Amino acid sequence: MADQPIIKDPEKEKRKIKSVSKMKEIMTTYYIEAKTARENGKKVAWITSGGPVEFLIAMDVIPVYPENHGAMVGASKMGVDLCEKAEEMGYSRDLCSYARVDISCSVTNGGPIGGLPKPDFLVCCNNICGTVLKWYEVAARYYDVPLFILDTPFIHTTFSESAKKYVITQTYEYIEFLEKQCGKKMDFNRMHQVSKLAVQSLRLWQEVLDTAAHKPAPMTAFDAFFHLALIVTLRGTQIAVDYYKQLRDEMNQRIKDGISMVPNEKYRLLWDNLPVWYRTKWLSDKFSSHNACLVGDTYTSAWSGIMDLIDEDNFIETGAVAYSSVYINVSLDIMLETLKKLIKKYDVDGLVMHSNRSCKPYSFGQYDLQKMVMKELKLPTLIIEADMVDARSFSESQIETRIDAFMETLKG
Amino acid sequence: MEALDKIKIISTDPYSYASNLKQAFGKPVVGNFCSYTPEELIYAAGGIPFRLFGTKNDISMADAHLQAYCCSLVRGGLEDALKGNLSFLDGTVFPHTCDSIQRLSDIWRLNAGFAFHIDVVLPVKLDTQSARIYMIDVLNAFKSDLESALNVSITNEKIRQSIKLYNRLRQILGEIYEMRCKDPDCLSAADLYHTIKASMIMDRDELLELLLSLLDDLKKNVKGSTSNTNKRVILSGGICNHPDIYTALEESGAEVIWDDLCTGTRYFEGEIEETGDPIEAIADRYITRIVCPAKHLTVTARGESLVRMVKDRNASGVIFMLLKFCDPHAFDYPYLKKFLDDAGVPNILLEVEEQLPSDAQLKTRFETFVDMID
Ligand code: SF4
Ligand code: SF4
Repeated sequence: MADQPIIKDPEKEKRKIKSVSKMKEIMTTYYIEAKTARENGKKVAWITSGGPVEFLIAMDVIPVYPENHGAMVGASKMGVDLCEKAEEMGYSRDLCSYARVDISCSVTNGGPIGGLPKPDFLVCCNNICGTVLKWYEVAARYYDVPLFILDTPFIHTTFSESAKKYVITQTYEYIEFLEKQCGKKMDFNRMHQVSKLAVQSLRLWQEVLDTAAHKPAPMTAFDAFFHLALIVTLRGTQIAVDYYKQLRDEMNQRIKDGISMVPNEKYRLLWDNLPVWYRTKWLSDKFSSHNACLVGDTYTSAWSGIMDLIDEDNFIETGAVAYSSVYINVSLDIMLETLKKLIKKYDVDGLVMHSNRSCKPYSFGQYDLQKMVMKELKLPTLIIEADMVDARSFSESQIETRIDAFMETLKG
Repeated sequence: MEALDKIKIISTDPYSYASNLKQAFGKPVVGNFCSYTPEELIYAAGGIPFRLFGTKNDISMADAHLQAYCCSLVRGGLEDALKGNLSFLDGTVFPHTCDSIQRLSDIWRLNAGFAFHIDVVLPVKLDTQSARIYMIDVLNAFKSDLESALNVSITNEKIRQSIKLYNRLRQILGEIYEMRCKDPDCLSAADLYHTIKASMIMDRDELLELLLSLLDDLKKNVKGSTSNTNKRVILSGGICNHPDIYTALEESGAEVIWDDLCTGTRYFEGEIEETGDPIEAIADRYITRIVCPAKHLTVTARGESLVRMVKDRNASGVIFMLLKFCDPHAFDYPYLKKFLDDAGVPNILLEVEEQLPSDAQLKTRFETFVDMID
């Protein structure tokens, strides 16, 4: 048969986000650089997604994110196999699947990019969970490299003065640690530039997310999950700033041109917790088929949620407090306040909560949050039991039935 | 042994004990879930630190707040609170432990309805000077929170007295452990379990008397050498609230002669300096004793200490008893196992949900394990 051009559906083509290819290009370059860092005389540090990466960038260290890697594993549907390998090594199936797949990639060089580059040192900030502490201890033993822990006390009611002092002191210890690892002094002018770029990219990222407040929304939370990668990995660089400008402009243009992501957006929903990486397409199609659009989520806005606490001229001290105040490091009542703001901002008709077996600090308390949202805001809610990477915890028929039933009540 | 009988009654039905105590003396009872609870300060405030283990039966109300992938301690604790089984508690203290306890604290504060609720957000790493300073600040804040919750003033003098008492209690527990380690026949493992459990819930003055008289009784029983031929094993994990395990082990030919448990040696290890600033002294005990897996000291501290424990106690095997869904312990298990394997120490893993496996199953597993030990 002769080559025939693939006929593309013009409707679908119109809705595609053009910046996606740029984003893929940036991420590919980033991972190539990380994997060839050693040849280029650069150091590699592994860092947690909520950790202050700005300092690494200012020191010319290439940051690598095992969590972002975990998400890639999930999205490429390689999660189950790698999880099982970790279980064979003795890591219980009940542990975070990011940690399981990452540990298993370290040992087998498996996964979509053949494992992450070996770290020269590790930076673990526990503002997202206690899991990262244990996971980084595993990595520290396996690679036999130094581990810096930035301990950010959990905020149940208030963030005490002594906690503030503690995290600020640790930030200085962090700088000392980096100076020792890199064998050079921190250039504070450079650091200042990096913090400015970081805050700028956080602002732009927030502007991108805000475009979904428009009805109909030019993008969905599923798009936000994808485009989040740079805010995690390249925050503090010009690349991230340029990219998010481009993305924001594209979104605004879509609004002008009347392009929505979901063709007949009728119902607007808010998503809570991490994505189900191996099922984003299925879930997105499922909701679209009901004319429902996930316009916002608590996860991708967690990074920009704290930017107002940062004074870029005093990043070292204000940043430490901001980092301690992220969405998942605060109590349920404080989370509820954020949730309410998002519900209002995006003017949603319902809340979909992913009860994520892997992530206990994000998921425990969801039942209480659900009750509070229903009671105080009279907002319909749906809970989906699943896992972000381990597809064995995803029951398609059950989830389909639940989504259908939920959408019926919304339409009711 | 009269003392032991009393201890067993209290350990088997701690809630009745606490209710009666409260009625008789009106002392405030302060619930907690963790061996990092600064009990010395609670005692100094005139209160009784009361360790919670959570019910293992008929979970119904907690399920409305917690998903199925939550450990049985958190679930059972919440169930007890919601059912009203803990009505004798005046309040609860939550030291920062793991992600699950962290959220339990929120859920508890929003639903359980006790008169006071104090979060003690301790540092997670214990190996730096700044963490020590922060820990001292947190303990001082806890002291003030307790003072307002219980409407008392906690003087340094009272803290010092409390420290003395605690040192004494911990020292006696250590002595009992040592005696049993040399001659396991002087006290059964299950009875030792009852003793340590009662130590975490009783009025501490009354406890001192009981422990002293138990110690006297034991001194009469103990022999210079032991005729016990069971294999000597160490139990490692978080909490153990299953006395049947000890019996099943004994019947399979193994004797638990030491442990690495939060409800065991981690409860009484480490002496507090009796001079100097008492709050700093309390902080220093936490910083120097062996850590639980939810805290960071060095990346190999627990492995080294477990291997050393096996040697020091002349043990020939380790049983890991882990609660299902417990992250900190599950993360440490593969490396602890490797440390033991490398040192040639046989070990097995027993994962426990609310209930233990059946007696027969347990015994089969334990017997196979005992056969592995030569
Ligand atoms: S998914 Fe949850 S438990 Fe896992 S690393 Fe992220 S925050 Fe921690
Ligand atoms: S440390 Fe383990 S057993 Fe203890 S509360 Fe946390 S998860 Fe449960």
